[in-house]
Amino acid sequence: MNSLKKIFGGDTRQFGMIFALIALVIFFQWQTGGKTLTSGNMMNLFNGNSYILILAIGMVLVIIAGHIDLSVGSVAAFAGIVVAIAMRDWGLPWFGGILVGLLLGAVIGAWQGFWVAYVGIPAFIVTLAGMLLFRGANQFVGKSNTVPVPEGFQYIGSGYLPEVGPVTGYNNLTLLLGLLLVAFVIYNELRTRKRLARVGAEVPEMWVSLVKVGLISAAILYATYLFATGRPGTSFPIPGLILGALVVIFGFISNKTIAGRHVYAVGGNRHAAELSGVQSKKVNFMVMMNMSILAALAGMIFVGRSTASGPFDGVGWELDAIAAVFIGGAAVTGGVGTVIGSIIGGLVMAVLNNGLQLLGIGADMTQIIKGLVLLVAVAFDVYNKTQGKPSITGLLTRNFGNKSKPDLPSEVRSPDSEQSISTKEVISKS
Amino acid sequence: MENHTILEMRSITKEFPGVKALSDVSITVRAGEIHAICGENGAGKSTLMKVLSGLYPYGDYSGSIIFQGSEVQFKDIRSSEAAGIVIIHQELALIPELSIAENIFLGNEPTRFGVIDWDKVNRETLELMARVGLSEDPTTKIKDIGVGKQQLVEIAKALSKSVKLLILDEPTAALNETDSQHLLDLMSGLRSKGISCIMISHKLNEIEQIADSITIIRDGKSIETLHVKEDGVDEDRIIRGMVGRSLESRFPEHTPKLGEVFFEVRDWTVGHPSVPDRLVAKGSNFYVRRGEIVGFAGLMGAGRTELARSVFGRSYGNFKSGQIFINGKEVTLKSVPQAIEAGLAYVTEDRKSLGLNLLDDIKSTTVSANLKKITRNLVVDKDEEYKIAEEYRKSLRTKTPSVNEGVAKLSGGNQQKVVLSKWMFTDPELLILDEPTRGIDVGAKFEIYGIIQRLASQGKGVIVISSELPELLGLSDRIYTIFEGAITGEIAREDASQESLMKLMTASKKAA
Repeated sequence: MNSLKKIFGGDTRQFGMIFALIALVIFFQWQTGGKTLTSGNMMNLFNGNSYILILAIGMVLVIIAGHIDLSVGSVAAFAGIVVAIAMRDWGLPWFGGILVGLLLGAVIGAWQGFWVAYVGIPAFIVTLAGMLLFRGANQFVGKSNTVPVPEGFQYIGSGYLPEVGPVTGYNNLTLLLGLLLVAFVIYNELRTRKRLARVGAEVPEMWVSLVKVGLISAAILYATYLFATGRPGTSFPIPGLILGALVVIFGFISNKTIAGRHVYAVGGNRHAAELSGVQSKKVNFMVMMNMSILAALAGMIFVGRSTASGPFDGVGWELDAIAAVFIGGAAVTGGVGTVIGSIIGGLVMAVLNNGLQLLGIGADMTQIIKGLVLLVAVAFDVYNKTQGKPSITGLLTRNFGNKSKPDLPSEVRSPDSEQSISTKEVISKS
Repeated sequence: MENHTILEMRSITKEFPGVKALSDVSITVRAGEIHAICGENGAGKSTLMKVLSGLYPYGDYSGSIIFQGSEVQFKDIRSSEAAGIVIIHQELALIPELSIAENIFLGNEPTRFGVIDWDKVNRETLELMARVGLSEDPTTKIKDIGVGKQQLVEIAKALSKSVKLLILDEPTAALNETDSQHLLDLMSGLRSKGISCIMISHKLNEIEQIADSITIIRDGKSIETLHVKEDGVDEDRIIRGMVGRSLESRFPEHTPKLGEVFFEVRDWTVGHPSVPDRLVAKGSNFYVRRGEIVGFAGLMGAGRTELARSVFGRSYGNFKSGQIFINGKEVTLKSVPQAIEAGLAYVTEDRKSLGLNLLDDIKSTTVSANLKKITRNLVVDKDEEYKIAEEYRKSLRTKTPSVNEGVAKLSGGNQQKVVLSKWMFTDPELLILDEPTRGIDVGAKFEIYGIIQRLASQGKGVIVISSELPELLGLSDRIYTIFEGAITGEIAREDASQESLMKLMTASKKAA
C-alpha cells in the first residue's frame, strides 16, 4: 500500500474507483473463463453503452447544477425518429441528418431550459412533462412505426475505424490512437512535474512517475491491442470515439472554464453564486439545453446502431444515466460530481450488465444486482458523510482533473440533509 | 395586582463550544406582568428564551428554573408547553397552506373515535379568535391573511394551550404601526386576564409604553432589572443599561485620508420582495468619500442589509426609484455583474448561506468573483489561481494548512478573510461590508478591522454595516443611522456616542 501511495502520490484515491472497475473486470474475466476481455466483447460493451455514457456526461452537469432530467430517453427517441424520417422523406445525407438532430436537441433543450431557468419550474416537473411529451411526439411523428436509416448514418452507431496504410495485421488507426494516447500520458506527466517545480510544490521522485506512466501506458496498450486485433472489419468503434471526444471536451469545460466553475457554484450555493455575479438563470438554461443536445446525439447513435428508429427507443435511459452519475459520486443536493466519475460509474454498470449476461444470469437477477449496487454505493457515501468522514465515491473521483472537492465536516451536512435522496428533495431543488 | 413570582431563572449559564453565551443570568418575572428583555444583538436574549422554552434541554445549561413555585426541568418544547410556557418566535411557525383552525390545533387536534372533530375545532377556533380580536373565517388559509393577523393566530394558538407565560420574540418587528399597536393592546388585555408575558424587543418606545419591568442583558450577563413605574424608567435609562460598556482599544491605529465624494445614492426607494405595499428603503440618501469608512447603524431588521443589497445590483427587493452616482456620473446597476463591473463589492452578513459555497475550497473561492482575470483562451489558469490565493492567504494571514483546504473547515474569522479576499480580488472601489465581524472571535476581529482600514488607506470607500455600536464608533469616519428602512441621521465620528446613535436607531421621540 505504501508503495502504491508513492506511485500515485496523494492521488491514490483518484484511482480507487478505477481499481473497483478493474477488480470487477478481473472478477468477470475469471468467472467467465476469459470471455470478458476479448476483442468482440469489449467492442460490444462500448457500442452497447456509449449512448448511456454520453447521457451521463450531460446528466452529471445537470445534477451538479442541482437539477435532474427525466426526459432524456424520450428526447433521444424523438430526435431519432425525426432524423430518420428527414433522411428517408427529404433525402437528406447522413451529415445533414446529424445536423438536424443536433439542432432539434438544441430547440428541445431551449424549451426545457426556459421553463426551468426562467419560469422557475422544478426540472423534475419540466422533464417529467418532457418525458411524456417527447415520447408522444416520437410516436406521433413516426406513427408508432419503425423507420430505417441509410447505411452512411449507421456508421456513427456501429462503425469502426477504417483500415488504412500498410498491412500490419493490426488496425492501423487504432494503433495510432493508442500510441497518441500513450504519448499524451507521458507528455502530461512531464508537464505536471514541470508545473509542480515552477509553483514550488514537491515534485515526486522520477521512479514514481515512471511506474505510474508505465502502468497507465500498459493498460492503454493492452486495450489498443484488444481493439486492433478484432475480427476483420472491426477495430475501435466510432461511438467510443465520439464518447472519448465528448469526455475530453466536457471534462475540460467542467474543470477549466468559467462556465464549468459557474455550474458548480450554482449547484453548491445558488444565492452565494448570484451575489458573486454568476447569472444562475443562464447557467441553468445552458445546462438543460446541453443535456437535450447530448440526448439527441445519443438517440442518433442508438438509431445508427440498431439501423432503424422505433417507438420504444430510449425507454428507461434516463434512469441508467442518473444511476451512473450517482454511482460516480455526485450529490443529489447538487454542487458535487465529475464527468470522469460519472463515466466510471456508467462503466461499472456496463461491466456488471455485460458480465452477468456472459455468466448467463437472467435480466431479473441483473436488475436486482444493479439496484443493490446503486443503493450500496450511495449508502456508503451517506454513511461516511454522517460519520464526518469524506464520501467514498467523492473521494475516489474528486481529484480527477484537479477539480478537488473538499470533504464536508459533519456539522455542515447534518444527518437530516443526508436523507435527501427523495423525490421531494429533487423537486424542491430548483 | 397580586405580586407573586411566576418564574424565576437562577444563575443560568449556557456555553457553546468556545463561547459562553450566557453566564450567570438571573431573571424574575412576576405573575401578571409584561416583562421586557433588552439588550444588543447577540447579548444572549434569544439563547435565554431557548433555555426557558426547553429548546436547549435540561442538562444543556447550568442553573435552575422555578416556574410557579416548583423547579422545572424541560427536555423539549412540548414539556414547557405542557407547563404553560409558550414561545412565539420572530419567524412565525405557521404553515401557510393550512387554515387558521388547522394551524391553531396542529399537533393538538381534538378527536372523537380517532377522527378529528372539525365542529369542535371550528367552534373553539372562533372563541380563541374572539379573544385575540380576530374576525376571520376559521377555514381561511394562513397565506391569505396579513402578517399582523398571523401574529394574532400565533397568540390564539398559544391561548389554546392554556398558556400561563407567553414569550414573544420581537413580536412587532414585521408589523406596521397599526398592527403593532393592536398587538400591544392585546398584550395589555392578556395581562389583565392574568397571563404573564416576556417580550423581547428592540423598539424602546414600545417597551416604555407597555412593560412593567425590564431586564437588561449585556454580553451574556444580566445587568439589572428595572421596574418601570417604581423606578421611573425612560428610554435614556434603558439605553444606558444596554450600552454601558467601556470602549476598549480594540482598534488598530488609523489616520483617515479622506478624498472627494465618489459614490452617492439619492432617493433610494425599494419595495419588499413579497409584501407589495411594504418599503424596505424609503428615499434614502447617502454618499461615500474616497478613503472613508462609513458606518451604517441600525438594529436587526431595520433595513440595512436590504438597502445595501438593493444598491448592489438590485439583488434584493423591488426597485422603485432612486439614482446612483459614481464619480459624478449616474449609473444604472441592474444586476450583480454590472455592480461588480462598476467597482462595487458586497460582503454578506450571512456567510454560510449567502457568502460561501461550503463545498468549495479556498483557492477557487478566492477567485470566484473575478474568474475572467485569470482566464486565458477560455482556460482558467489554476497556477495563477493558486498563486493569488496564496498571496491573499499571506497578506490577510488566513490560518489554514493550505489554500487547497475546503472553506467549510475554516473558523468563522478565517472564512471571513477568504470572503474578503474574494472581493478584494475584484479590485472594487467601494466595499460594502455587512456585519463583517459577526461570529468572529476578538483576535480575528482586530485583524479584520486592520484589513478594513488598510483598504480605506488605499483610497477605497468602505461601508460597514454593524449592530455593534462600539465597532462602528471605533471604525467609522461617519455614521448613518437607519430605522425601519429610512435613514434617520448622519453623525460624524467626533459627535457620535452610543447613546446618540441608539436614540436615532430606535427612532426615540427624544432624538435630536
